[in-house]
Amino acid sequence: MACVEARGLRKAFGSTVALDGVDLRLSEGRIVGLIGPNGAGKTTALNAILGLMSYEGELRVLGRDPWRERDALMRDVCFIADVAVLPRWLRVSEALASLAGDHPRFDRAKAEGFLAKTRIAPGSKVRDLSKGMVTQLHLALVMAIDARLLVLDEPTLGLDLLFRKQFYDALLGDYLDLNRTVLLATHQVDEIEHVLTDLLFIDRGRIVFNHTMEEVEADYQEVLVRPEKVAEARTLQPLHERDSLGRTVMLFAGASRERLVSLGEVRTPTVADLFLAVVGGAQPAAAREGAAR
Amino acid sequence: MSTTTTHAAPSAAATISTGRLLYWSVQRELWEHRSLYVAPLAVAALILVGFTIGLVDLPAKLRTAAAAGGMEQRALVEQPYTFAALLLMGTTFVIGVFYCLDALYGERRDRSVLFWKSLPVSDVTTVLAKACVPLFILPLLTFAVTIVTQVCMLLVASGRLIGTGLGVWSQLSFGEMTWTLFHHLVLGHGLWYAPIWGWLLFCSAWARRTPVLWATLPLLAVGLVEKIAFGTAYFGNWLGSRLMGGPADPAPAPDNDHGVSMTMVGITGSTPGQLLISPGLWIGLALTAIFLALAVRLRHSRGPA
Repeated sequence: MACVEARGLRKAFGSTVALDGVDLRLSEGRIVGLIGPNGAGKTTALNAILGLMSYEGELRVLGRDPWRERDALMRDVCFIADVAVLPRWLRVSEALASLAGDHPRFDRAKAEGFLAKTRIAPGSKVRDLSKGMVTQLHLALVMAIDARLLVLDEPTLGLDLLFRKQFYDALLGDYLDLNRTVLLATHQVDEIEHVLTDLLFIDRGRIVFNHTMEEVEADYQEVLVRPEKVAEARTLQPLHERDSLGRTVMLFAGASRERLVSLGEVRTPTVADLFLAVVGGAQPAAAREGAAR
Repeated sequence: MSTTTTHAAPSAAATISTGRLLYWSVQRELWEHRSLYVAPLAVAALILVGFTIGLVDLPAKLRTAAAAGGMEQRALVEQPYTFAALLLMGTTFVIGVFYCLDALYGERRDRSVLFWKSLPVSDVTTVLAKACVPLFILPLLTFAVTIVTQVCMLLVASGRLIGTGLGVWSQLSFGEMTWTLFHHLVLGHGLWYAPIWGWLLFCSAWARRTPVLWATLPLLAVGLVEKIAFGTAYFGNWLGSRLMGGPADPAPAPDNDHGVSMTMVGITGSTPGQLLISPGLWIGLALTAIFLALAVRLRHSRGPA
């Protein structure tokens, strides 16, 4: 069952093409990381999925057209755009009351339960809360909604390490189950990679990488190449090559494991390394220059 | 597409009625814009303080009024109450203007529109809820605050007059004042002014910044162009009659003499019946509907500013 299905999704702002023909199919129950450099089209893609922006091409979210049916779609979808979109005048108690009033899937008791674990008082206004607490509040509200798709766009931007950890712990521990789909856009990759089931890289408005984590583990290997084997390793056409503490690290896709083991130490690449190889590889000049320094 | 139907089924069961969505949207407007009721209450308190201080020479004033007799006496006795009503009306009108200019602009400016749009509330419901505030809520609120203020004024005046043998209740037709005030506010400030509220809400949805300029400059420009091109001032007169007058002068009438006058009866130029059958009212409401429809479209298509 497809949760999000896009075909030829395109969006241009004047002469700038933000989405350049995105084809995408996300199944339900997946936790998908949408990762891309700044200006790659992450937020545009999410805005289209959430019905906040018009688009060309075909797009269905939970079987609905998000641009035409945003309000109906929002019964089953919730999102955190980024930090600090909660209105500053809103009281915590008012947020709870009004969500209980007009959201059919909001469970007030659950939200109060989440809030009880924080230092947020029911009487406080959003403007009196710290940035981290506003995010906690927003997360508590969103987690109390029994939605089928949760979209997070840089949800922890500007938060310190502790809040970021708490955020993902809460999300993992209290929210995720098999029926929910999460689409998460971020560039703080290292914190989320153990959570994800699927990985999408977006660059210049196109999806340039779309694999499950199982596929990544099976097909992509990083080799810490022994100095004497570097020339031999290069003949295997690595996707990417970089220097790490004087050693050459190469990334291979679909190479035989036995062969790689003979070249050096083999490990599964981190999402960040993969991202640099796939997206950074598309800009070889800049990447090489960076590596040479 | 069978997947669509199986998907839509659970959501359909969990819908919330439009009335309830509208109620909570209006409730949020009142939470956000506390000045809607704080400002008129503050003005009412000031009026009461001023009135109480001014009571010292009330017996003397009433005797002068009694000497004048007739309509003049009535006007003199009514004056402070009418003045209170006009002051409160003026206050809530100004508040209504600022409310409308901010209603659809402020949420884009502070990006909270991204939160509101994450709720299952349509743009139509949101815009209607915001339009309800100047169209219905402010007039009714102004009415309630004014009546309470006037009753308090009457009570303190009566207290002052104990032992003087004079009275104010007998000299005031309070019922008539109340009825006039009610239809003036509900029909005049709510419905006759509706196109003004609609225009301001539209500008609020339209403007990328400074909605107040977008709301005023184009109107000035139209008036100016008309003046330069044709030497006439129909547009300005039409605007003026919309602001000051009732439907008694749907055609531009520069010698509008019943717009502002200091008695309760004088503040409304026409009876409710006249107003309700006047084409001016209905043309205005049609215009309001157009402005609101445009505001809905803009809220749908515009992201945060």
